[in-house]
Amino acid sequence: MLDVDSSTPPILFHHGEQFRLEKLPADRSRVIYPAEPLPGLPDPDESIRDALLNPIDDDPLPTLLTAGMKLTIAFDDLSLPLPSMRKPDIRQRIIEQVLDMAAAAGVDDVHLIAALALHRRMTEAELRHALGDRIYDAFAPQDTLYNHDAEDPEGMVELGLTRHDEQVTMNKRAAESDLLIYVNLNIVSMDGGWKSTATGLSGYSGIRHHHNVKTMRESKSFMDRHKSELHHSNWRQGEVIKAHGPRIFQIETTINNNTFGYDGPLHVLQKREWEWSAKDRATFIGMKKGLDAMPTSARRKIFQGWKAPYELTSVQAGDVDAVHEATLEHCFAQHIVPVEGQTDVLTFGLPYICPYNVNSVMNPILVMCLGLGYFFNMYRGKPLVREGGVLIMSHPTPWEFHPVHHPSYIDFFEQVLTDTTDPIEIEKKYEKQFAEDEWYIHLYRNSYAYHGVHPFYMWYWGAHALQYLGRVIIVGGDPKSVRRLGFTPASTMQDALELASDVVGPRPSITHLHNPPILMADVT
Amino acid sequence: MNKLTQQLGLPRLPAKFSPVQRFRALGFPYRAPSTPRGLAPAPTEKTTGAHYDTAWARKYPARMARAAIVDGPMRLVVSALAAPDRRGTDRLDSLHGPAIFVANHHSHVDTPLLLTSIPEPWRHKLIVGAAADYFFGTKLTSALSSLVIGAVPIERSKVSRRSADQAADLVGEGWSLLLFPEGGRSPDGWGQPFRGGAAYLAAKTGRPVVPIHLRGTGRILRKGKSLPQPSTTSVTFGRPLTPREDENAARFAARLEGEVAALADEAANDWYQARLRAHAGESPGLTGPESGDWRRSWALGDMSRSAKRRARRWPEL
Repeated sequence: MLDVDSSTPPILFHHGEQFRLEKLPADRSRVIYPAEPLPGLPDPDESIRDALLNPIDDDPLPTLLTAGMKLTIAFDDLSLPLPSMRKPDIRQRIIEQVLDMAAAAGVDDVHLIAALALHRRMTEAELRHALGDRIYDAFAPQDTLYNHDAEDPEGMVELGLTRHDEQVTMNKRAAESDLLIYVNLNIVSMDGGWKSTATGLSGYSGIRHHHNVKTMRESKSFMDRHKSELHHSNWRQGEVIKAHGPRIFQIETTINNNTFGYDGPLHVLQKREWEWSAKDRATFIGMKKGLDAMPTSARRKIFQGWKAPYELTSVQAGDVDAVHEATLEHCFAQHIVPVEGQTDVLTFGLPYICPYNVNSVMNPILVMCLGLGYFFNMYRGKPLVREGGVLIMSHPTPWEFHPVHHPSYIDFFEQVLTDTTDPIEIEKKYEKQFAEDEWYIHLYRNSYAYHGVHPFYMWYWGAHALQYLGRVIIVGGDPKSVRRLGFTPASTMQDALELASDVVGPRPSITHLHNPPILMADVT
Repeated sequence: MNKLTQQLGLPRLPAKFSPVQRFRALGFPYRAPSTPRGLAPAPTEKTTGAHYDTAWARKYPARMARAAIVDGPMRLVVSALAAPDRRGTDRLDSLHGPAIFVANHHSHVDTPLLLTSIPEPWRHKLIVGAAADYFFGTKLTSALSSLVIGAVPIERSKVSRRSADQAADLVGEGWSLLLFPEGGRSPDGWGQPFRGGAAYLAAKTGRPVVPIHLRGTGRILRKGKSLPQPSTTSVTFGRPLTPREDENAARFAARLEGEVAALADEAANDWYQARLRAHAGESPGLTGPESGDWRRSWALGDMSRSAKRRARRWPEL
């Protein structure tokens, strides 16, 4: 945490595929920096093996594997981690060891499923990156490695109702397996636990019970599992899965904050501004000038090609609840930064990537989701900004959509947001129509499109912030797009602070969330 | 000219003899003395074979020259001849420090193929165990082998501690070692049983052994052929292995052979089926069926037919 004074250098703001350096007002601004990357495990493969042989509250994995059994391995999809990590991906490391144990037991009937819920399908290249060529070449040609299809009428099964009458649906192959092994990758504390199976392998009829405005508004925050209604609902569904579904062996992992590397072209993004050496400054200036001169498509290609050198900080396996509690501890050990008191104005720069635009375009709806959904909710205790405060985000917010990945987003932006930005009204009036649209379902199942209902969930993700904040300002965004979102455009940070003072009064306190790498504020 | 000849003490020979012939006619002390009859000749110190001193080839000028050769012309030739498909390098991700790389051996192209396939940081600090009697037969071949492939002589015709100790010392100094434990190229297309040298060195140095399987190189320049025939190849790296506490060199060598056989199965089929067979002890062996020559050759023919052919290059439209 840094209190800004007159000697503080301008602060880095991510701005999509570009960057801004902004001078924050002295004596009333503070900057919250992410923690230094924790050291990675010295021998990841040995740690994985140890976790599989000594699970928490469960039997060693080899004792659960028998010849003739039906084994399904589900794994997190391309939305994790962000950005994608350098090879070998953690999923590959784990699944190879799991499969080697399965081979030792003589298990022939093995299916691997990308647990993508209502996300878009992973391409062959993406599956190869996550799992490696060995696994892909062994299973994909036999159709035993595939993407979950939540709209396959033959491929889904109802497991029952929770005590709150929430439906629980699951991928049929996973549900009917003798053992379901879930391989998770926790980048933030929202991931993992029963959410992995209750959401990842579910369909619209199950997911709608927690991906809705009421649940999201009652999740304070959805990054804090024990205070998140989103998670409470998933855990209730987990009870039904436990009672009526397959036996589950959960494997969860955490990674450190080494997003941009200790050296290399982007390492400067991981350092505090006042620690930038002459070489760092030269690197940054060169990078910024180069990026500014490039067309957007070239910038996007460069950034989407970046593979983060993340290191594994923990791996734990066994019982879902016990494993997830251990995972949360490791996750918080890396991300939690103690912060005293709330602020009038919260600022942050939005980077080029969010969970839903890997190898794709960050459209305006995803800008809203990343800012008001993810970054706003990176707190434990209470929000960083006071109720009625102002949020200032920095992002170009281009009026641009990936037509293959986000077809329903285009219609949501053109039809729904032109009518209303109120999440309740949107949910009531439009959700069902988009969710059941046959063309969107066809594209989800056969192309590489997010489900028709997905843009609604993006909007609901920010519902708590929309209700809570006095104003949302986007600096450097396309004014037309920003206004369509219901936000206020500003061309400079100075203008944005002027606009903010209309809401929170003169000389407001300002807090800048210096994210990414990821941090989570523990606000007291 | 005659004056010069006199000054040098060259023998007087008729003018038709050239200066070279006159020089050759020189006797002692210009030439080595002959041994008097009845005395045993003084022992001569051998400077070729296992006695060749390769230290100069590990100094920086030679290393830089070798790096230029390996990453330049050697890589081009290997790409043209072998079109290698390199797999499994991710398995070396957690390997730190020097290692002993072992591979099956079918062809002279194996060494260049591996030199261009073994990833950094091992590639440019790598020595190759080469047959002392073959690669170090003369000073010229010794110098070329040392410079171009970083070869160190290994005795294969007799049991010698000299080669093993030298290799172990070099591994101790941070050099990685590439060995072909079969002891030579395959005579018939099938593999040969692994000898214990690599396993012994692993135990002696405490460094891991990386098994590697080479597929398809026998079609390029197998034993008995002098002209290379381009073909496709694959190089499959396995996980680094260390000897278990209760495992002697012979058992570890057998395990290494089994791992290379499992990698061969993986390269020919798919990884999971290969793992199933490996755990069941049913990986097809490297050495082929124990039967008469024609049946071994017949079985090899089946394998060759199932081998991948070079992909046809279609124009991009």
